[in-house]
Amino acid sequence: MAVDSSPLPRPRRAPAVIESEVFAMIVWIFAEVMMFAGFLSAYNLVGARAPAGWWPPPGDPILPWAPTAGASVALVFSAALVVWGGFRPLHERRALGIAVPLGAVFVVYQIVEFARLLSVGFTLQSSAGGGFFFTIVGAHALHAIAGLGALAWVAARRGNVTEGLAKAIRLYWYFVVLLWPVIYAVIYGPSISPGLPALAI
Amino acid sequence: MAESHAHDAHAHDHHEEGWFKKYFWSTDHKMIAKQYLLTGMLLGAVGAYFAYVFRMQLAFPNKPVPGYGLVTGADYNALITNHGAVMIFWVAMPVLIAAFGNFLIPLMIGCDDMVFPRLNRLSYQIFLVSAIVLGASFLVEGGAFGGAWTAYPPLSAKAEYNLTPLGPSLWLIAVALEFVAFLLGGINFVTTAMNSRAPGMKAFDIPMAVWMIVIASILFMASVGPLIAGAFMLLFDQLLGTGFFDPDRGGDPVLWQHLFWFFGHPEVYVVLLPALGFVAEIITTFSRKKLFAYKTVLYTTIGTGVLSFFVWAHHQFIAGIDPRMANVFTVTTVLISIPIAEMCFVYIATLYGGSIRFAVPMLWALAFIAEFLVGGVTGIYLGASGADIYFHDTYFVVAHFHYTFFPIAIIGTFSGVTYWYPKMFGRHMNELWNKVHFWITIVGFNGIFIPLFMLGASGDHRRIFDYSNFPELATPELQQLRVFATVSLLVMLAIQPVFLINFFYSMFKGKKAEANPWNANTLEWQCPSPPPHGNFAVLPEVYRGPYEFSAPDRADDFWPQNSPT
Ligand code: HEM
Ligand SMILES: [Cu+2]
Repeated sequence: MAVDSSPLPRPRRAPAVIESEVFAMIVWIFAEVMMFAGFLSAYNLVGARAPAGWWPPPGDPILPWAPTAGASVALVFSAALVVWGGFRPLHERRALGIAVPLGAVFVVYQIVEFARLLSVGFTLQSSAGGGFFFTIVGAHALHAIAGLGALAWVAARRGNVTEGLAKAIRLYWYFVVLLWPVIYAVIYGPSISPGLPALAI
Repeated sequence: MAESHAHDAHAHDHHEEGWFKKYFWSTDHKMIAKQYLLTGMLLGAVGAYFAYVFRMQLAFPNKPVPGYGLVTGADYNALITNHGAVMIFWVAMPVLIAAFGNFLIPLMIGCDDMVFPRLNRLSYQIFLVSAIVLGASFLVEGGAFGGAWTAYPPLSAKAEYNLTPLGPSLWLIAVALEFVAFLLGGINFVTTAMNSRAPGMKAFDIPMAVWMIVIASILFMASVGPLIAGAFMLLFDQLLGTGFFDPDRGGDPVLWQHLFWFFGHPEVYVVLLPALGFVAEIITTFSRKKLFAYKTVLYTTIGTGVLSFFVWAHHQFIAGIDPRMANVFTVTTVLISIPIAEMCFVYIATLYGGSIRFAVPMLWALAFIAEFLVGGVTGIYLGASGADIYFHDTYFVVAHFHYTFFPIAIIGTFSGVTYWYPKMFGRHMNELWNKVHFWITIVGFNGIFIPLFMLGASGDHRRIFDYSNFPELATPELQQLRVFATVSLLVMLAIQPVFLINFFYSMFKGKKAEANPWNANTLEWQCPSPPPHGNFAVLPEVYRGPYEFSAPDRADDFWPQNSPT
């Protein structure tokens, strides 16, 4: 193709109601919500169809719901800081500087928890319950790691990241954090009072 | 995702492009559309070849098939499984949604490119990798997956049962990659349609084809999540030894069916809607009429989309679900045929009183309505759970869904390709050969599947490779019908090279096309054929809806959306 120096006319568009990055992220989160809804309903369905006394599968441990709740507090605080930083652009970098380590505390806690559960014989293969636990909680942890990476990237490159993209990444982090209580209720809920049937969502 | 600013960069971006960069590394939506189209066509040929081989085995059992050889039972299973998977995931989806969505959305809404051009390029690349992974599954030890395109466990989960230790996992990975490709593409489509419309283009000025592709993308993204969850679980069952679908360890094989069909039924609308959109564009243009009841079509489509999430268990009537649940799903399934019927009536009403021209795209569009109707009507039989206990897993089901999928994936594609060919390539295809191709394809198609309805009604079970072990199904009467179907397939396949030669020859030697050869109104016809990089010399402004044909006080019988007067 020959060199063409004549500038194309600048695109004229109707003004965007929502920035494209944010809109795209909303659509993406929608698909993600459906995926986790699939995981959690699968978990509930298997529980509901199991013969009486077979769910959770015998031999599955009571999950450490109390320390996990403690670690979850770190996650919630990190989201709160991200919200705060979003409103105060001048302080955003500092807010992210605390929010990201807080989120990391949660992830590290989960790695430790996984190791302890594995050491008592609760694994991906030990039962369908173990499979669901590690798959669902692990999938959430991977999402958290991705979100933390993205937030750290925004903090490091502040000024070079467009506002729309930064907003989209914050939104993603809210999704990761808000998803957690739902997962916690469904997966850890039955361990809080083992007599109760699995929580329906 | 910082690409929304890439548009402004286009102006500075015009340098000498290498061959590789132009054809393989382009971010131009038109080039990506052509990549998807050609890849889809190539895979369509692969899927057709599979069908040829297994249909030959059914008609002439245990005789070597020319061009393949002797078909073993395992071959047969792998061919039929991958025929279905290829046609739906690697032909219908990439062609109807990805190729046409990429080509049409920016042109029809009057902008220069997708909002995220690099994401768009990545989408095609992941799609290509998925096709390669699928191809690789044929080369591994044990051969390709043969557990049907629906991949029900435990057959799909355990190598002891399916005897293909690697095929199922590669198959699942290929499908999962393909979904990622379409997620990226779908996000792009929806965002672009939302934010890049030409000034003045309000919701009801958007051409139906764009609406349909956008709604289809949303349906896809809403339904695919649970299947991705299920795909991970199945993959873990295969590779890591988990027990999600293994009753011995507290799992549940029917769970997969729920996850699969929760996606699977909306998926049929995902591919249906774009085809319905093309038909709307074509019948308005070739009957010079406004689309009858534009808003009704739009609202109906959205309603159908919502309803399509509540019918999935009609695939599981005999899978051991509660009969009370079967009643509910019978009702929703019968309900969903109402909007489908309405859509057909609306299109017929559009034709009424128009000045109809039987150009090639119009022939395809009319054939779409006629053939799809048969698919929709037979769906009602299957949706009645009582009747379905008999029909389930017979060739009646096979004929039903081919009377829906063939109109969608093949007739819909031919209608779209023949209609937009002049815009894509700047030249016309040969009309006479296209008509010959049309008639033989349509007659051949009906010749294949009418016998299958009859076979299915006689109780002919699908998924049987050699009927000689089933004396009551190996009768000469039934065998004659099988032979008839296969011969029809051979006729239909034999005419396809005519289209392909026409397609490629016309790219270089066809009659040159003007910007607006069909005198249509939508914006893609208001830029040169083929559109240059950046599409429009002056980005258009929109003054009216897309279907203002035969307005009373105008000299022309069309009224482009961007014409101020
Ligand atoms: C009018 C609306 C429709 C109704 C009421 C309907 C109903 C049904 C029912 C009840 C079945 C299950 C039969 C069985 O397995 O025993 C079925 C199967 C199927 N339908 Fe439809 N259908 C409709 C439209 C469509 C459309 C638009 C498509 C495709 C684009 C489609 C594709 C399929 C496929 C692929 C299967 C079988 C899948 C398999 O078992 O391999 N249907 N349909
Ligand atoms: Cu269905």
